[in-house]
Amino acid sequence: MVGSRAKSGVEAVAISAAALLATLVLFGAFVALRGINPFDVYRVLYLGAFGSWFAIQHTLTQAAPLMLTALCTAVPARAGLLVIGGEGALVVGGVATVLVGVTLMGVPAPVAIALMCMTGTLAGGLWIGAAGALRHYRGVHETISTLLLNYIAIAVMNHLVTGPIRDFSQVLKPASWSVGERFMIGDLPGTSIHWGLAFGVVTCLLVYVLMRRTTFGFAVDILGGNVRAAQMVGLPIGPLVLSTCVIGGAAAGLAGTIEVIAVHGFASASLAVGYGYAGILVAFLARHNPMAIILIATLLGGISASGGLLQRRFDLPDAATLVLRGILFLAVLASSTLYGRLKIFQSRAV
Amino acid sequence: MGAATDLGWWGVLIAVVGGAIRVSTPYLFVSLGETLTEKSGRVNLGLEGTLVMGAMSGYGISYVTGSPWLGVLVAGLTGTLLGLLHAAVCNLPRVNDIAVGIALFLFGTGLAFYLGKPLIEPVAPRLPHLPLGAWSDYPQIRVALEINALFIIGLILAPVLRWGLRNTKWGIMLRTVGDSSDAAKALGYSVNFVRIMGTMAGGFLAGVGGSFLSLYYPGSWNEALSSGQGLMAVTLVIFARWNPVYCFYTSLLFGGATALGPALQSVGITANYYLYGAAPYVLTLGLLISSSSTRHRLVGAPSELTISK
Repeated sequence: MVGSRAKSGVEAVAISAAALLATLVLFGAFVALRGINPFDVYRVLYLGAFGSWFAIQHTLTQAAPLMLTALCTAVPARAGLLVIGGEGALVVGGVATVLVGVTLMGVPAPVAIALMCMTGTLAGGLWIGAAGALRHYRGVHETISTLLLNYIAIAVMNHLVTGPIRDFSQVLKPASWSVGERFMIGDLPGTSIHWGLAFGVVTCLLVYVLMRRTTFGFAVDILGGNVRAAQMVGLPIGPLVLSTCVIGGAAAGLAGTIEVIAVHGFASASLAVGYGYAGILVAFLARHNPMAIILIATLLGGISASGGLLQRRFDLPDAATLVLRGILFLAVLASSTLYGRLKIFQSRAV
Repeated sequence: MGAATDLGWWGVLIAVVGGAIRVSTPYLFVSLGETLTEKSGRVNLGLEGTLVMGAMSGYGISYVTGSPWLGVLVAGLTGTLLGLLHAAVCNLPRVNDIAVGIALFLFGTGLAFYLGKPLIEPVAPRLPHLPLGAWSDYPQIRVALEINALFIIGLILAPVLRWGLRNTKWGIMLRTVGDSSDAAKALGYSVNFVRIMGTMAGGFLAGVGGSFLSLYYPGSWNEALSSGQGLMAVTLVIFARWNPVYCFYTSLLFGGATALGPALQSVGITANYYLYGAAPYVLTLGLLISSSSTRHRLVGAPSELTISK
């Protein structure tokens, strides 16, 4: 007799696999309309994502911010909230990192880097935490408020990098002052993958332990399952709602710090390139499980990484990967109707 | 300097009013569409994707056929199909309508960018406008009172929809389904069917709103065409209390907020341009905070709506 926990795990894997298969069929038909052999596309997609050491490094670099922005949706989701503010929290985290980083000229690099990471984390946490507070104290729907906060964050960033903190030596496009080469964290030894990947994996593991192995995580799961039950056993609803939002926002804010201190060195419009929105998809695909997020972010990172190769090989617009993601998202949501309805995965009642 | 400085601050006001009329049209159509969908008890956050798909398909059809009105129609039909997709997925048990909306927002924008690549260069025929300001010698007033045809259609549509929701069989059925699906079932209506209709109608209007972006103002197709108007319109519906006529007023307000930055720029105030760009989002959030409460439900909200529970 297989345990019910193992059975529900198998159920999740089977249903996700079905959704993935449906996506491959639908997207295959979509490219076939253009007269391109879908199997060739998938072969190139695989090569571009995982086909060589170079491709794998590119994929993992893409995956690093996705792990963190996915947590921004996944952690509040465990408490029953639908937060989609990862994009804004990342931008706010990145801008805050620059603002603090440029004041740390005389500080030793490790201390400065730690301070910048804390800044980004704090800024992102407060940003989404505000949405959590609005939800709890004013009843403002968190999906809409976080969405608006995304646009506000991007507008504020555009304001800052085109004026108050603009570095006029950057002539191609508006960008902020740089934090300086000394504060860049560089790559993992022997690779061209930046240290952000380690931050992403470690954060996911920590959040996994927090959500699955602590009383806090247990309380959040009860709240997410049934608000009335949580109220009846006297759980502190407000603090739980707020802390899940703060944790999620902090993760996305850290992604912003990493984009600054590992990739760009400054804040600019290239912070808002959709990692936040892709993170929502990662969270849903991973069913808000922080361990699964590591795997799914790598998969999605692979799709992004192979976009350029698809474009060169088949003359497909780079938006093809966006279409693939969109179909995948719809298929995953549609497949969520199957949970608990397939007889073979049901444990007999005791 | 030109005549802009002659009018001084009046010039800013005229530019904001003119901008409000010009910019409000997509808000108006999306919010009217979302009102129909939400009255049936569902939220479609994917209307941003519908808006962009409508802009792309409308522009493409106008370019190929030479008829912008055919473009508007096809944009609406594209929106209808996306609405059908939303409704069909949401009809499955235990699927979250807000999450499906986010998925359709990403899918719609991605698909529009994918299909719209060849449309960035060509120039398509644009929609006509009425020069109501022709009497004036001031070019600003003339520009401000160029009333576009879709705005006039929206102006008529808003009270018609309000009347229809109150007085027709379809309107009453839609509201019954949105307020109590159990009551609707007891009366023998198919809840899922009514919601499919409501979401498809909403998609049609949002698609038409999108065609305005590419066929009138800004009047071309590119990937930065929409900056969340479709998403803001969803919030606007809450503030308009699910009333089509209030949708019209709030659309004007939002259009004015959006036009503030460009209006100030036209009189030479370019500082903080991007900060003024945040005005409509801050306004939306502020209105949402002031109209929400933990103690009572949103005024006028359909009871079945997940967003107000």
